[in-house]
Order: sequence, then C-alpha cells, then structure tokens
Amino acid sequence: MSSTLSDSPVFSDLNALFSRRIGVLDGAMGSVLQGYGLEEADFRGERFADHPSDLKGNNDLLCLTRPDIIQEVHERYFAAGADIVETNTFSSTTIGQADYSLESVVTDLNTAAVQCARRAADAAEKATLGRRCFVAGAIGPLNRTLSMSPDVNRPEYRAVVWAEVVEAYTEQVRALIAGGVDTLLVETIFDTLNSKAALFAIDTVFEETATRLPVMISVTITDASGRTLSGQTIKAFYHSIRHAKPFSVGINCALGAKEMRPYMEELASIAECYVTCYPNAGLPNAFGGYDEDPADMAADLADFASAGFVNLVGGCCGSTPDHIAAIAEGVKGLSVRSVPARSNALQLSGLEPLTVA
Amino acid sequence: MSNAAANFLVVGERTNITGSPRFARMLKAGDWDGCLAIAAQQVENGANIIDINVDEALIDGEATMVKFLNLISAEPDICRVPIMLDSSKWSVLEAGLQCLQGKGVVNSISLKDGEEEFLKRARLLMRYGAAAVVMAFDEEGQAATRDEKVRICTRAYNLLTGIGFLPEDIIFDPNILTVATGIEEHNNYAVDFFEATKIIKDTLPGAKVSGGVSNVSFSFRGNNPVREAMHTAFLYHAIREGMDMAIVNAGMLGVYDEIEPKLRDLVDDVLLNRNPEATDKLITHAEELKAEADAAKAGGVVAAKPAAAAWRELSVEARMSHALVKGIDAFIEADTEECRQKLPRPLDIIEGPLMDGMRVVGDLFGAGKMFLPQVVKSARVMKKAVAYLTPFMEEEKAKAIAAGQVTKAQGKFLIATVKGDVHDIGKNIVGVVLACNNYEVIDMGVMVPCDKILTKAKEIGADVIGLSGLITPSLDEMVHVAKEMTRQGFDVPLLIGGATTSAAHSAVKVAPEYAPGVVHVLDASRVVNVVSALLSDEQKPAFMAENSSKQEEQRVQFEARRNRKPLLKIKQARERAPQFDWATIDIPKPAFLGTKIFGSQPVAGVVLPAEALAKEGDPGVSSPTEPGSTTPATTDSAQSAAAGDLLLDTCHLELGDIVPFVDWGPFFSAWELHGRYPDILTDDVVGEEATKLFADAKEMLQRIVDEKRFSPRAIMGFQPANSVGDSVEIYADEARSEVLDTLHFLRQQREKPANQNNHCLADYIAPKDSGRIDYIGGFAVTAGSGVETFSKEFKDDGDDYNAIMVQALGDRIAEAMAELFHKKARDFSGYGQTEDLTMQEMIREKYRGVRPAPGYPACPDHTQKPQLWQLFDVEAATGIKLTESNAMYPASSVSGFYFNHPDSKYFAVGKLGRDQVTDYAKRSGKELADAEKWLGPYLDYDA
Repeated sequence: MSSTLSDSPVFSDLNALFSRRIGVLDGAMGSVLQGYGLEEADFRGERFADHPSDLKGNNDLLCLTRPDIIQEVHERYFAAGADIVETNTFSSTTIGQADYSLESVVTDLNTAAVQCARRAADAAEKATLGRRCFVAGAIGPLNRTLSMSPDVNRPEYRAVVWAEVVEAYTEQVRALIAGGVDTLLVETIFDTLNSKAALFAIDTVFEETATRLPVMISVTITDASGRTLSGQTIKAFYHSIRHAKPFSVGINCALGAKEMRPYMEELASIAECYVTCYPNAGLPNAFGGYDEDPADMAADLADFASAGFVNLVGGCCGSTPDHIAAIAEGVKGLSVRSVPARSNALQLSGLEPLTVA
Repeated sequence: MSNAAANFLVVGERTNITGSPRFARMLKAGDWDGCLAIAAQQVENGANIIDINVDEALIDGEATMVKFLNLISAEPDICRVPIMLDSSKWSVLEAGLQCLQGKGVVNSISLKDGEEEFLKRARLLMRYGAAAVVMAFDEEGQAATRDEKVRICTRAYNLLTGIGFLPEDIIFDPNILTVATGIEEHNNYAVDFFEATKIIKDTLPGAKVSGGVSNVSFSFRGNNPVREAMHTAFLYHAIREGMDMAIVNAGMLGVYDEIEPKLRDLVDDVLLNRNPEATDKLITHAEELKAEADAAKAGGVVAAKPAAAAWRELSVEARMSHALVKGIDAFIEADTEECRQKLPRPLDIIEGPLMDGMRVVGDLFGAGKMFLPQVVKSARVMKKAVAYLTPFMEEEKAKAIAAGQVTKAQGKFLIATVKGDVHDIGKNIVGVVLACNNYEVIDMGVMVPCDKILTKAKEIGADVIGLSGLITPSLDEMVHVAKEMTRQGFDVPLLIGGATTSAAHSAVKVAPEYAPGVVHVLDASRVVNVVSALLSDEQKPAFMAENSSKQEEQRVQFEARRNRKPLLKIKQARERAPQFDWATIDIPKPAFLGTKIFGSQPVAGVVLPAEALAKEGDPGVSSPTEPGSTTPATTDSAQSAAAGDLLLDTCHLELGDIVPFVDWGPFFSAWELHGRYPDILTDDVVGEEATKLFADAKEMLQRIVDEKRFSPRAIMGFQPANSVGDSVEIYADEARSEVLDTLHFLRQQREKPANQNNHCLADYIAPKDSGRIDYIGGFAVTAGSGVETFSKEFKDDGDDYNAIMVQALGDRIAEAMAELFHKKARDFSGYGQTEDLTMQEMIREKYRGVRPAPGYPACPDHTQKPQLWQLFDVEAATGIKLTESNAMYPASSVSGFYFNHPDSKYFAVGKLGRDQVTDYAKRSGKELADAEKWLGPYLDYDA
C-alpha cells in the first residue's frame, strides 16, 4: 500500500507555493449562487426535466445542469486571487443525494464538477503567465453520522453503518480522482468517525490508482465549547486523523474567525503539516445571513497569518469573491508558518487527547 | 515517583470479560447500565485507557462489541479516554474499529499466523488509524526468554516499519509470564521481561512496551495482599526499564515504598530471581500473611503489630518527627520539653522540628502516601506540642514585642458553614489541614449569616474566605455571599466546598457573581495547594487563569447539556406515570395510626416521671405491634398534646439497639478514605489506615454507648392518605373527610425509553378515586444534642481527631436509627414481620418500601420538612429544630416519609421544567419565585 504508492506531482507544486507565501483558498459556493436567482428549471435542466422530486436547492446538481454558472463562480474566485478552488461536490455522495433520489448520478456529478473547476483553473493559468491554479475535490460530512444516535431513546442505534459510509465515499473519491482533481479536501467534519471513513475510502482508492494525492482535512468546531459536534477537542481530533498523513489540517465553518482564534492557535501548535483556516463571514445574524465584511474578515485572517497559525486561508459560509480578494490582499507578504518536525510520541484519543511520550 | 512513573499509563482491565467476573455477569445478563457503570468507574479511578474485551463462547462478539462501543459513545465521562479493543478474533477488533471516532489501540496482532496475515492486519490498522499491541509471539509460539522476546519484537518492528507503520503506534507486549510456579525455568520470567523491555526501548526507537500484569502473580491467586504487592513491585521494576503502560485494575495500585519491607524483599527476590529459595520463602510468608488476615477478619480488628519502640532511641528531633508522622501523642510533651532545653527559643521548636515533621506529613499527604485520618492525628500531636509551648511563648512574647519581633502566619483563612446549614465535619477537616500547614484558621462555626462572615473577614483582614454547606439551599446562600462580597468591594478569593457543592455549580452560579475569583475545592486534600497558590503572588495569576478557563468550560458544557435534551412537558410526563391495578394491590394497614415516640432520655428540659418510663416496654425489632401504646389518630393528639402526654407515650430506646444497624460504608468517605466497606479494610492502599480508623471508631462508639453520651430520640407515625394527581392528601382519620395537610410531590420530566416510567412519589399512594384507603408514614430521628456536646469536649481539648470522630459517629447513629425505625415501620405495617433479611441485606435496603427524605432526590423540596414537623409535632417529641433553610439541628438527624407500596423505589426527580414548577407552586400555594428558590438546583431553566 502506502510504501508502493507514488506521490502525485501536485505535492511539490503545493510545497513550492506554501514555502513562498500564505496560500489562498476560495470562498462559499452557495452564498454566491444565491445571487444568481436560480429556479427549479435551472436545477432540472433537460436531463432531469421529468425527475419525480423537487431539485431546487441541490446545488451540486448545477454542475450538470448549469455548468456555465458553476464555472463562472470558480473563475470569479480565481480572479479574486484564490490559488485553490473547491469542486462543487459537498453533497455528491449516494448518501447525500438520496434526499433527491439522485444516487445513480453521483459519479456524473463529481466528474462534471471537476470539469467545471478544471476549465476555470486552466483559463486562469492561461491568463497569467506562470500562474498555478489548483482544484481541490470537496468531500462533505454527510447528513448521517456514525458516532451519534438520531434517537435519544436508543443511544446504541445508528442511522448508518461504517461499510455504507465507506462505500458512498469510495464512489465519490474514485470519480473525483478520475476527473483530475489536484487534491482531496475532507471538510466541515463534525463527526470524526465519518471523516475517518472518508479517509479510509481515500486510502483504498489511492491503492487502486497506485498514486497518492495531497489529502487536506478541515474540521468544524461547533461552538465555544471548543469541540466538534461529536464531542472531541481539537487535539483529540488531530490525533484521530493523524494516521492519514494529512497534507494539511484546519478548521472551517460554524464560527467566524474571531471565535476560531483559540482553536486555530492550538491546532497550529500541534499540526505536523500545513494548517488551513476558512471561517464563516462571522456568526449568522438573526436572519441566518452573514454580515462580516471583507475588510473585517481579511484583518482577522491576516492576524492569524502574522501569529504563525496558518499556511492557507479562505472563506466558508457567507464569504464571496470580494471577501477572498480582501483576504488575498491582507495576507500578502506575511511570513509563512513553518511546519514543526514530526513527533514520535504515541498520540491516542477519546473525546480528549492522550499522548505517550 | 520518578519521571518515568509519572508518564506511566494505566489501562483499565475491569471491562475485560476474562478479567472481571462482575463485568462478565452483567454483560451476559444484558445489564448494559451496569457495564457502563463499570467503565465509568474505571475512568473515574484514573484509567488512562480502557480495555474492552467481550470474548466469550456464548456471546456474539461483533454485535456485542459494536453495541457496547456505541453506548459508550453516548457517555462523555467514559469516551473521553481512548479505547483499547481487546479480542482474539480479528473480526471483533475490526467491528470495534468501525465504531471509534478517537484513535484507539488494538490488542492484539502478532506473527502467530505468519507474516502475510500479520502485515495484512497491520495495513488495515494504518487505514483505520489505530495503534497496535504486538504480542511477542511468532509461528513457533510465545516468547519466554529475554532473547526470544527481543528477537520476535525486533522482527515485528522491522516488518511493520517496512510497510510504513508508524513506530510510535507499535506497543509491544513481551509477555508477562507467571513466576514462582515451583518450576525452575519459570524463575527468571520477570527478569526476562524487565531486560527485554530495556533492550526493546533502547533498540527499537518509538516503540512502546505494555503488558498484563496480573499474570505474574497467578500462583498466588486467592491471596490478594501478596498479589497486589507483586504487581506493585513488578511495575516498579518494569517502569524503571521503560515500560510505558500496563493493563491493571485502576483502583488497586499500590506504592512500592509502602509495601511492608519484609514482603517487599521477598517479592523482589522472586521477581529479580536473586535467591534460589525465593519462591519457597515467599510462599511461606504469604501463608503467614493470609493466616494473619483471616484471623484478623475473624476477630474483626487487625491485631496490633509488636510495638516498635526502637524509635524512642533516636534523637529528640527525629522522635518528634516520628511522632508527628505516625500521629503518636504519648511522648510529645516530654519530647517538646527536652527540645526546649536544647533550643534557645520555643519558636525554634515550632519552626524547626515540628514544622519539619509537618512538612513530611504534608509531602506524604500530597503524594497520596498518607491519608486524612493520619493527617488529623498528626495535627493533634502538633497542637499538643504547641499548646505545651504556648505559655513559654507568651512569656517570651513580651520581650519579643519589645524587640519588634512578631511571628506571622502564612495567611488568614476564614471559614464558615453558611446560614441555615449545620453540617461541619468537612469544614472542620479543612480547618485542621490548613492549620497544620501554618495558616491561621478562623472557624466561625455553623449557621453563620453572611454579614457576620463579611464583618469578621474585614475585622481580621482575612486573606481567603471559605464557605461550606451540605444541603441544597446552602447553594443559594453561597451565591448571596458572593454577591455581597462584590457589593462590599472584597477582593480576596472565595473558596466553595461541601457535599452539595460542585465545580459546575460554582462555575455557573457563584463565580459570575464575584469577579476576584471563586474556587471550588473538591475535598480537604486539595485545599492546601489551592490556598498556597492563591496566597503566592507568583502562582496566583496562573492558577486563577486556569481556574477561570475551567469554569468557562464548565459554563459552556452546562449550557450544552441543558440544551441537548429537552424535558417532557409535565402533561406528557404524567401520562408516563406507572400504572397500578389499584383494585388488587396490597395496601397494608398499619398497626396504629397517629404517632409513636421513642427515646432513651426525655427531651432536654423536660423531666420524665420515673414510673412512666417503667411502664413502657421496648417494642424492639421483632415484637412490633403494641396496641396499648398508640395514640389516637386525630389532629388533637398529633398537634396539641401537652409535652407530658407525649412523654407518657415514649417507648424506650437504647443506643445499643441502634448500633447493629450502623452502615459503616459512608463512615470512611466522611474521612475521605475511598473504597467499599469491608473491602476497604484490606485495601492495598488505604487498608491499614482504614483498619486503624475503624478500630478507633468502634472504641469510641463503645464509649458513647457505655457513657450514654448520645440521647437518641425518634418519632414515627402513619395517617390515612390518598393521592390526587401528584399530591397526597393526608386525612385525620379513615373517614377521610378532614384533610390535615397535603404533600405535593414532583415528577421526573426527563425523556426516558418507552418501557420506563416517569416517577413521582404520589404514584405510590392509592388515588382518591380508586375507592381504597391508603396510608402514608413519616418519621424523624436524631442522635441528639449529645453529639455536639461530646464533640466539643474534644475540640476544646485540642483533639480534633476525636471531635470529628464523634460527629461522624453521630451521623452514623442517626442513619442507623432511620434504618432501625424503617424496620419497625415495616413491622407495624405487617409485611415486615415476614421479611427474612440479614442485617447486611437490611442495610442494603433489600426490602419492600422506601423512606425518601425531603430535600433529597425523590422529593427535593426541603419545605416538606416543616409540614412533617407540624403534622407530627416533631420538635416537641424529638427536640429536632429546623433552621431557616430547613436544615435539621442537631445535625445528626434524619427525617422522611414511609411508602409501603410493593413497587415503590428510590429515584431522582432530576431537572424540572418551568411548567411543572409553575404547577407545583400553584398546588402548594407558594409564589412561583419562592418555589423556584427552594428548587433552584433542579430547575432546567433560568428562574
């Protein structure tokens, strides 16, 4: 397995980027799509005109039905200064698409999503001589969890089992890699066990393809408890996923940058790889919107960069190309975080970490 | 402990079906709550990792492992630690790996089935993200000698790291094999392990070493003291060679230094294989120890060891230190005098030999090598020495003041039990421990109002204020004190302690009211560290920062907990009340209605005519019905009887009758010795101290009985009653036309599984519309005012040890009375007479019926006490008074209700919703705010 795999050339390209400067990731897809005022017909397109259930709101489907718009959003992010964009595949698994009865098109969704992003990247590279633009295959958290029971009266019950989750992720990962992504980004992790199943699937597909891509991992700290929804502290989480030899690890979603600061600080102090951060544009307001403006968000992320917390910054819910432009400008010229040497302590965890020196 | 020992990890073995018969039994019976409790207890006892093994022929390993792990995932107190999955079946291990969000350990893989299988499993572990215990086992079998262990582990290490397995994720188990088997080849097994451990740690970088220790002592099964000594010594040597973790019983780890020296030498001879006769000698000694222990068990008390008077030959300083550490006060005055002749000033003795001795005590206590009763005894010796020196120091003081020399204590600590609360054993212990550490302790006693505490604090310039309390209303009073401290501009730290307090309550309710700092102190053993940190300019900022960040975390967790599980509406909860067939249910009619009073002496201040006493027989436990001595069931008799009438009805009660009902379990926890009685007496760690303490307690109890130091009194009564909703109407007589009073009860509102009910005590009384007459009982018992008087005699004499002992025994006697009178109540109700229970079974409450106490989990409102007091005229009968917080005084008192329902049981009402509290206030005619005040800690919302 791992010993016989070869590393994709993307490793050296990204290493080159991160050794020079703070990298920039894109911002939200959903928040930007809202501005296009898309209707049910846009989501259905021709292919799904007769689909029995409503499809509006299934943003991932737009990769097949309005690829022009998806590609345009990616282009706007590259234009704003992003080095990496995420494919529009947050829910493109059989489990995620089950709500729309679209399990059968999951491979198509992922393939089309990579194409949209890849076309935008190619265009951006062509526009600026020597520019390198990357496509990260986004792998979301699923709406069913392996660590928690949906039924308070049956704590031992699970809505889904490990093998099903691994199977769903395997199909997505195969399609993303076949489509040509540069890296994989397992993100918005609120249940570590789901993410471990995704990482298990990724490792299985790497073995099939005999090639390893950079694996980026991003967890969601739910609130001021400093824990994931499934109860782990940030350090316990890191111990749980360290085996996957992450290329980067970071925090995204749920919180604005200000609320993330203590957890970013802790993560930066322990991560033996690059560190990423893409917060929401503040905490949701009373209407569920986000109103932190680009300058605020850029200032906070620049602060993280100056403090040596991060190698890659971007935005999650509520962020737009304007935010990313401000962020890219804000971190320009700031020194890069150096990656600490690997520890050879045994690093275990339950909800809390345990280190055996 | 060395640094190596400090990093050593304990892997709990109690959830291993092959190692714990109790876990095995529960697992097979499907008692999942029991299984979870064992897991939780291990973590509480300090296990860093828990080992889970469900390998049993009749159990579906995969399904059981998955279910147990899923259940554990819902218990943050358990799943905060990593899990070690333990099975001989790979499929069970893999099923377990699919349930762990944390990074766990698989126990185990080995080369037993060949390289291919070994590496296949290792690759999967890398993919799952787990560390592995690798047994020193290969195709040829188990490695026994040092060289075999090292050879197999080295081969496994090279294979694993060759495929990219992280070296730090390899935990070798080089096989701990049984020694002292009588077979000569086995004699070197422990040495082989120690030496192999060292070589592995030196030559295989990153790899860790673990092992299952209990195997080493297998030849001594049945002799736990020897086994525990062997385990302790084995770990001591193995840790020195680099062992990182071991699978052991987290609750039973000893300290190498404290193994009895002869035993330790013999054990070391065996483990280190340094004497060909080691095994025989250890076996002989083990048999002697066992015989001694058996004899002691038979005699009840461990026989005193031969007096080692050798210490009397030492220098006077060494003797004083010895006396302090051992708590021997017999020679301290003579030694102090001898020392005084030797040293220029009395203060030199205090600051020299005495403080040196106390420092040793403090260090041993801090390191867990001495336990609280010993420390209190040391303090007694210290006080005695200081008392002896005081006149000399007074004399010197005049000169000293003239010379401008004043001795200064380390800091002034003001401590008080808050208004409305009378419990002070824990507070006294804290005072003693601090005084031992040279703090000036001002103990204001019990029931101290806020303004008195704060006035005194200003007057003396207290450096720290400590509040103590045992009953729930005290929590509010502590919040009040905190608010007042803010208002009055205090800036000294506020310490919170006592049985009812918690870190969570202090964080959520008290700390936000007082910015300069509120610290919850779990027990007396922590208080010195806390106070010394608070009074040190260097340590205080870091300590307070950590304290407030912990409190912030607790507030967040509290909110999260509160938000997680919404309560049922009270209407829904009532729909889930247990249903009984009231037509057929057995409702015993008590042998009397109204009240009966019991006492050995009249209530203070009232003289009982001798002939009245002589007429009364003792109803005793086994001759329950005494038709002649009952009072008629009328309001008149219960409420307006003159004291003389009541006394005529007083049944005779002797202290000696109560003693057999004493439950010794909680006695040891009062002294902060943790463990189950009677096992605690032979516990590896605290056994010796517990045994001494127990002997002292028995001696003191005998003295109390012989000298009639306590004057126990009790009242019990029954009245006809019916339930109306969640309330119980109490009637004057069986005609049930006149309602004397109504008791309002509370119902559980937490969401429960479908097959469980939401309980309320009113469920146990026949509803009014059932057409049946039911009965409710009530009682109040007290050990009497003698407890305080006798305790004070010791305290005034500087003997805190016996002062606390008397108080602790007072509490035991009061609890024993509650048990004794419950027995009488069951006998009076009829069904008790056919009970066939041993005293142990009775103390474990294995009978029908319950006696919930107002203010405790089943009926948390303390204001039911005044109702009971009025109904049965409790104060006139027993002398027990109620404070404004409805605490009982004397403190050694118990009161409650009797329910005879065959299905009645104890339960905790738990959190209450606003809807129920509103309804409760309405039912009981209280203002909502008043009801909320009394139910404060139980509210699920912010009042």
